Amino acid sequence: MKRIDCPWCGPRAENEFTWGGEAHIVRPGLSCGDGQWRDYLFTRSNPRGAHQERWCHTYGCAQWFHVARDTLTHRIERVYAIDEGPVDATG
Amino acid sequence: MRLAEGGTHIDRSRPLSFTFDGRAYQGFAGDTLASALLANDVRVVARSFKFHRPRGVFGVGLEEPSALVTIVRGPDREPNLRATEVQLSDGLVACSQNAWPSVRFDLAAINGWLAPLLPAGFYHKTFKWPRWSWYEGAIRRTAGLGRIAGTADATRESKRFHHCDVLVIGAGAAGRAAAEAAAQRGADVTLVDSGRIATLPNVRALPNTTAIGCYEDRLVAAIERIGDRQRLWKIRAAEIVFATGATERPLVFENNDRPGVMLASAVGAYLERYAVVPGRNVAFFTNNDSVYPIAEALRSRDVVVSTIVDTRRDDAVLDSRRVDCDVLAVSGGFNPNLQLFSQAAGKLRYDEKLAAFIPGEAPPGLRCVGAAAGEIDGGVAPRWRSPGNPRKQWVDLQYDVTVADVELAAREGFSSVEHLKRYTSVGMAPDQGKTSDVNALALLGEITGRAIGDVGTTTFRPPYHPVTIAALAGARTGSLAQRYRRLPVAWHEKNGGVMEDHSGWLRAAFYRRDGESEAQAIAREVRAARFGAALFDSSSLGKIEVFGRDAAEFLNRLYVNNVKTLAPGRLRYGMMLGENGVIKDDGVFGCLAPDHYLVCTSSSGARDVAFWMEEWRQCEWRELDVRIVPQTAQWATLTVSGPKSREIVARLGVDIDLSAQAFPHMHVRSGSVALKGDPQVRVRRASYTGEMSFEIDIAAEHADLLWSRLLELGAAENITPLGMEALDVLRVEKGFLEVGVDTDGETTPLDVGWGEAIAKKPEDFLGRRSLSRPAQQRADRLQLVGLQPEDPQLFLPVGVHAVDDAGAPIGHVTSSCVSPTLNRSVAMARIRGGAKRSGEVIAIDIDGTRHRARICDRAFYDPQGARLNG
Repeated sequence: MKRIDCPWCGPRAENEFTWGGEAHIVRPGLSCGDGQWRDYLFTRSNPRGAHQERWCHTYGCAQWFHVARDTLTHRIERVYAIDEGPVDATG
Repeated sequence: MRLAEGGTHIDRSRPLSFTFDGRAYQGFAGDTLASALLANDVRVVARSFKFHRPRGVFGVGLEEPSALVTIVRGPDREPNLRATEVQLSDGLVACSQNAWPSVRFDLAAINGWLAPLLPAGFYHKTFKWPRWSWYEGAIRRTAGLGRIAGTADATRESKRFHHCDVLVIGAGAAGRAAAEAAAQRGADVTLVDSGRIATLPNVRALPNTTAIGCYEDRLVAAIERIGDRQRLWKIRAAEIVFATGATERPLVFENNDRPGVMLASAVGAYLERYAVVPGRNVAFFTNNDSVYPIAEALRSRDVVVSTIVDTRRDDAVLDSRRVDCDVLAVSGGFNPNLQLFSQAAGKLRYDEKLAAFIPGEAPPGLRCVGAAAGEIDGGVAPRWRSPGNPRKQWVDLQYDVTVADVELAAREGFSSVEHLKRYTSVGMAPDQGKTSDVNALALLGEITGRAIGDVGTTTFRPPYHPVTIAALAGARTGSLAQRYRRLPVAWHEKNGGVMEDHSGWLRAAFYRRDGESEAQAIAREVRAARFGAALFDSSSLGKIEVFGRDAAEFLNRLYVNNVKTLAPGRLRYGMMLGENGVIKDDGVFGCLAPDHYLVCTSSSGARDVAFWMEEWRQCEWRELDVRIVPQTAQWATLTVSGPKSREIVARLGVDIDLSAQAFPHMHVRSGSVALKGDPQVRVRRASYTGEMSFEIDIAAEHADLLWSRLLELGAAENITPLGMEALDVLRVEKGFLEVGVDTDGETTPLDVGWGEAIAKKPEDFLGRRSLSRPAQQRADRLQLVGLQPEDPQLFLPVGVHAVDDAGAPIGHVTSSCVSPTLNRSVAMARIRGGAKRSGEVIAIDIDGTRHRARICDRAFYDPQGARLNG
């Protein structure tokens, strides 16, 4: 079981957290086309490698935050605040 | 036999009595069952898994493949324990398993004669026709291991968490050195070993503790044995040192599974630890140097060592020499124990010099030391098989896999190591192939002409050593296995309430009275709500308070309803959708003040809705000034419902004007009630029964008192406690939908008749865009309607299908009851295009019989809602 470094509580066991899926997905407005809405609902990058996602420390501080994680190695590269924008994948 | 002196592990001043298969024996404190049996010259202790071959003790520790026994403790029995890991205790009762009538004479040993018919995969081939299930019972009975008692396990095991800087697994010389060194540099060190551990300064020792699994970020699961009890440890370490040692491999030759054939290292350990020699005349068979010191030790204790056959020297004469002995101690080299290291993502590589896999690249924080790291002397010259009948040469003793089985697998194309394992079951027994591992790979390599390193190993998975389910369950057995939430009112359980699980809460289905059937009780409760007064504990109702300047804006984005037009003191029934447009939850919400709202959710949705609100608040709408406070458990909710409800609530003495003019339906008021301490109450006029109702929220600690007070005050009106079953009848009579019952993962508000209401709202809300997708607009969607069977007494079971003329399904019944109020059967159903089919008669198929039912409006009772207003 992984340990995740909660920005508020420090490193805690994975089963205290809830995974919130891919981060930095922008919600389109009501007037968007069907295709754009479909992409918002369903289309995810599902990469083999660097991935930015949303986690919540459900059984702790109940705060959401961002995690940059490698889906291949499971290594957590960085934990960053929920109001921070996407990390440049190349940087 | 036991020698007169010596034995580092035994205490000769403390003799112990035990029985094996009903016969009494003596051993000493410190013995294992295996050493005590060998001391008493018990040679046959078990029968093998498939062929029922006689087996004796083969090893000395966790690697033991043959000596599986059952320990009996009163009515309980624990099967499949290795005799080598059972600590002897006074009065211990052990017996053999997988043998009938006895381990010395086992009728099923005829399987051995049938061996040519029972190769690997035999049942896939032989018992195909007409089907496997015809034979399965008989085959499973002859094959197999020990049997459990079949009664509930009375013991309750425990669990512990532990954190340390350095975890050392294995307390041999290398492990002790690593632990000492780490302690000296000031680290917090824990040392685990499945056996005993001599004290080290500043090291926390966990003896009798076997690490069974190694997981991500250096989490180790370990089982500690404390007498008959077990404790599961979950240890998180900054660094793990694997001092897990090495396991000796047997040599593969004809009849290498006979009692008396043992690992040479085990013979050495029995002599040193227990002063036990398993026979009177020991011969050695080896391909390396490790046996020579053992032979020397035996000779020095006057034990006859008749010969040492070393394959590196004596290969040519192997077939022609006859050697008398009653113990044959074998050594085929050593495998470093890297199962746990490998589980932790450590890489392995094959080392030609050791003829074994040794640690390769290690993830950060992991390292191997000692024999586990490949520090093994011995000059091994591999010899993977011997001449002779391949059917009689055992590779995996525990699952009876022979050289012939490996050959067969290779011949039939199962040449990948993972296929070999699954086809022959080599390494899949409870011992996880501790003694068969490299032998099987090497044989496969030899047969298929590949190097062992290229054959590779199978994936090592937890548990490294068998673990009982009881140890994993810990204290969570019996009533603690599934824990329910309890209502704050204790009255129900003591007064005939039949308590059942409703979305995790124990709630009364109905209240039983003497001489009443369940149906009569439900009908009585329904009548009370319709014509008198009913009292209902709805404390599990989800209650979430939303505060802040932007509370209205926030909720307006969550609800399909217009929240901004809601004046303080008013309630509205609302729905929330997921972004896919599907109904997520429903319930009443109210405005308590311009910056203070109350959201009521379904009992099952309370947690999810609060969690989901937080996600939107924290992640997406950070500009809004909102605070979300879940209050479900803090506030109990007691509901008085029925035409006489107002007069009863009025007698409570609440400082709220309860008149219909001052406090109409769908309003909320706050005040206090004349109970001890004048507790605060919040009263909602909302109704799930269709009758005038007062939902009274009160701090949970006052709920018991308020409940009894309401029963007292309503005695004249015969106020009646109402259970979940009656509530369901009442809401079906009214056609009120229940999310998750009358809706599913496809149902949108358009499918339940909310299209017009939604069209009036100008702003966006969660899920709104999904509703305008073409698929949501189709006329043939499943839409929620009312249904009345033409036979008024015909109950329509929930789930039955509506069918068209051709018999194809066009929908299904979602809720149903025979209404005691209307004295007829009514139901709700989701029917294709149902919204436009009112009045149509359709066919309902119940177990192949068609019944006619008419589609109608859902509100069967009081469709105008006059009774709500009171």
